[in-house]
Amino acid sequence: MMSRRARILALWLIAIAAAIAIVAHANYVTDLSAFLPSKPTPMQRVLVDQLRDGPASRLILVALENGDTAARAALSTSMAHRLRANPRFTSVDNGEPLTAELDRDFLFRHRYLLSDQVSAGRFSTPGLRAAVGETIENLATSSGLMLKSLVPHDPTGETLHIIDQLAHAQGPRTLDGVWLSADGARTLLVAQTTAAGSDTDGQELALDAIRSAFAAAVPAASRIQLRLSGPGVFAVAARAKIKRAAMRLSIISSILVVCVLLAVYRSLVALALGLLPVATGALAGIAAVALGFGVVHGITLGFGITLIGESVDYSIYFFVQSLRRNADTATWQRTLWPTVRLGMLTSVCGFASLLPSGFPGLAQLGLYSISGLLAAALVTRFVLPQCMPRGFTIRDVAPLGVRLRRWRDAGRHVGDRRIAMAAFALAVLALSILYLHRGTLWNRELSSLSPISIQEQRYDAELRSDLGAADVLDLVIVSGPTLEAVLRGAERAGGALQSLIDAQVISDYDSPTNYLPSLAAQRARRDALPDERALRDSVRQATAGTALEDAELAPFVDEVEAARGGALLTAEDLRGTSLAAGFGALVLHQSDHWSALLPLHAPATKAAAPAMPDVDLARVDAALTAANLSNTQVLDLKGQTDALYAGYLHEAMRLSLAGFVLIVLLLCITLRSISRVVRVLAPLALAVLIVAATLAGLGQQLTILHLVGMLLIVAVGSNYALFFDHEGSQEPGAGPLTLASLAVANVSTVIGFGLLSFSQVPVLEALGTTVAPGAFLALLLSALLTSRAPEGFDRA
Amino acid sequence: MRGRALVALLVLASLSARAANDDLDRVMHLLADRHHGEVSFVEQQFLAMLKRPVESSGELIYDAPNRLEKRTLEPHLESLLLVDDVLTVQRGRRSHVLDLKSYPQIVPFVESIRATLAGDRGALERVFRLEFSGDLARWTLLLVPLEPQVAKSIAQVRIDGMRDDLIKIEIRSADGDRSLMTLRTQASP
Repeated sequence: MMSRRARILALWLIAIAAAIAIVAHANYVTDLSAFLPSKPTPMQRVLVDQLRDGPASRLILVALENGDTAARAALSTSMAHRLRANPRFTSVDNGEPLTAELDRDFLFRHRYLLSDQVSAGRFSTPGLRAAVGETIENLATSSGLMLKSLVPHDPTGETLHIIDQLAHAQGPRTLDGVWLSADGARTLLVAQTTAAGSDTDGQELALDAIRSAFAAAVPAASRIQLRLSGPGVFAVAARAKIKRAAMRLSIISSILVVCVLLAVYRSLVALALGLLPVATGALAGIAAVALGFGVVHGITLGFGITLIGESVDYSIYFFVQSLRRNADTATWQRTLWPTVRLGMLTSVCGFASLLPSGFPGLAQLGLYSISGLLAAALVTRFVLPQCMPRGFTIRDVAPLGVRLRRWRDAGRHVGDRRIAMAAFALAVLALSILYLHRGTLWNRELSSLSPISIQEQRYDAELRSDLGAADVLDLVIVSGPTLEAVLRGAERAGGALQSLIDAQVISDYDSPTNYLPSLAAQRARRDALPDERALRDSVRQATAGTALEDAELAPFVDEVEAARGGALLTAEDLRGTSLAAGFGALVLHQSDHWSALLPLHAPATKAAAPAMPDVDLARVDAALTAANLSNTQVLDLKGQTDALYAGYLHEAMRLSLAGFVLIVLLLCITLRSISRVVRVLAPLALAVLIVAATLAGLGQQLTILHLVGMLLIVAVGSNYALFFDHEGSQEPGAGPLTLASLAVANVSTVIGFGLLSFSQVPVLEALGTTVAPGAFLALLLSALLTSRAPEGFDRA
Repeated sequence: MRGRALVALLVLASLSARAANDDLDRVMHLLADRHHGEVSFVEQQFLAMLKRPVESSGELIYDAPNRLEKRTLEPHLESLLLVDDVLTVQRGRRSHVLDLKSYPQIVPFVESIRATLAGDRGALERVFRLEFSGDLARWTLLLVPLEPQVAKSIAQVRIDGMRDDLIKIEIRSADGDRSLMTLRTQASP
């Protein structure tokens, strides 16, 4: 028969082993899916697809800077040559007319299937006469000289029309055969990765490939520098940054907390034992998230450090309060554990409110914290007492507590009434500051969470504007069950968009159907071609009286006849041309559905402005609606992303409020006294208000992570307030020790979160700047507002 | 005696060649001194494919040293704008930007006119063999491409001029087609 002690330790060790096994096999993801909704609406689903796998997510912008333009051009050519041979890239553009010959040949051969001008009317006598007239006019101008070899084959100019349609996406200017920014300072390349944007590992490998192509091709002693930008670059950098920050901060804060604990305990054994709840909590947290969500987001691990700050408190309370003269753990379990438990449950209530969040990052944070805190508290309560060596004590910190109490009492001599008045005044002041900033209080842009610096974002925008219309921010999306369905939809949408070009709402649009029309459209065009005899007649009549002899057009008649018997084009036929990449970029295929993307080009009048050009999406939407197109939507990538985040923020506020209500209910049930509940909550609410008002007053816009930070203030601070509340109802002897334990716990919390506020990762920095001052204020205010000085106790 | 006559002839010939050379330099200088020019043009294309020549007209605007615009007004609007090595073609709503370095076959068309207008003999001689005849008052400059690859499409360019005015530019293709551009100075401000 095992002893109780052996049973508890065995159970704990088994739990630890299971958690380690789960943690070791968990699936860790570092892409931005932490920020994407878990249950998306159809529109959000399109958005998520775009952000994860869309063409925009797979672009890497490459800039070569410094050195002279000729050397950069040579480098651009040789890098592009290397990268094109690399299967990690579907396309590498640097302005060189590359597969141009192959492409032109393809377009020429299939002109009667590809050109949207092909109709029965165009090949009738009047249609031909108009087309031939126009061709003769073209021959009269200088560009005509270049076209004359085409005329006998293609007198209606279909080849040129197709090239026009494809070439309208105007790239940057070229010099020495490659792209150069308008100011000449940068030579530009654009690489499209094979890996999806959400595949951070794949993106990292692609970036490495670009760097090594640069290293291999750059001449020795050259001043040319390589700079990369784009979603993949950001994802990789963000991951590295979060990893680095989480690592470094965890290590530093662990060291500092260890130092504090050593200084207090003066015992290595106590230190080692004190870290047991922390380690168990962290393990349990990750294991719970892995079990609950299937995947663990990297950002959740980043939050892990925040748990050090709170879970270490439990062991501090335990040691300081129970180990003064002899190992009196049983007394602690009886008298003070209920207070720790209530504080823990309060925190759990706060974090439980995050669980239903549609923002996976928040929901994971909630589960992680709940399981971590539960585990840490349970280990403190049940495992630590079993591990105590016989006769084990730590330094008596009662003198520290006595001194702290003297300070506190000095503060309280001001008088309860005045303290309450001052607190009330502070609350009013904080509320007025918040009210004054109400318009700009919350940052509603998702980019506010991005670990990418403003400079990097600005550089990215510069490169994009250098590259001209290559930006894919405003899209019309046609979805459907098959490729053919979405291509037909894209053709119908194209009709509506054409009217917007005429109205100058957009300057142009791209469409996958410029590369590959739907089979229906191809068939209609093929059927519209007249037979040989009819065409010969039309040609004769159309050329009568013109400068063009009908005999010159014999190749035309033959080739139309051949096209009538030709096969229709499929995506397979594009292979080997650069058109395949262009087409692939505009078509998305997920298991059961297809999307065609039609990027919109801003009107020329606005493109000249230095700011990002804008398309009036409301008018685009209206035109699409008027055309009665089903499954066709206009997507404003940035607007939608921000709307998504604003939704999270809104939801998080509601959930936090619910969490607060839950905490109030819990306290009402356990404390059974409204006045005690108010006394416990008042300092916490005031601490939150002061922190929020200070941040707002300093011009800091609050993000969702500040909100989480406020929740943490309540979670951590509730322990303080509850102890002060408890202190008043207990025998006097516990007072100084409680105070000392709270001070030590507070110092370690402030250290942990204070360090976060130096992080370059906004989510971590937001937590740090909120919780560190908040926790300190919560202690200070609880000491002044919550504790009741029993009669005669003060002057003992 | 006959030997002397031969020598005299040779001397004369070389003298006249030097004179032609001097005149070419002088024409080039005159052209180089001119920084801005606007002329109207009529261009006729004589194509084997067509029964009769087709005609277009418009204006040529030159600003030293690197900007040349050819604005066709009839039969339809078209603008070709050359700045340095970048050619912008505007037809209707569409515009295309071409880098001349990527299209070497266009270079002789462009360079024959621009380098002549700039009075840049060096630039001309990089692309063409030059034959100058006439004098300052009335001259003819014959340009024959040096590159065999270019000679496959352009046989020669012939420019007629009076002092620093260009009067006629004729481009003969290797296949026998030719274009003839007649220039007339507009009343300059």
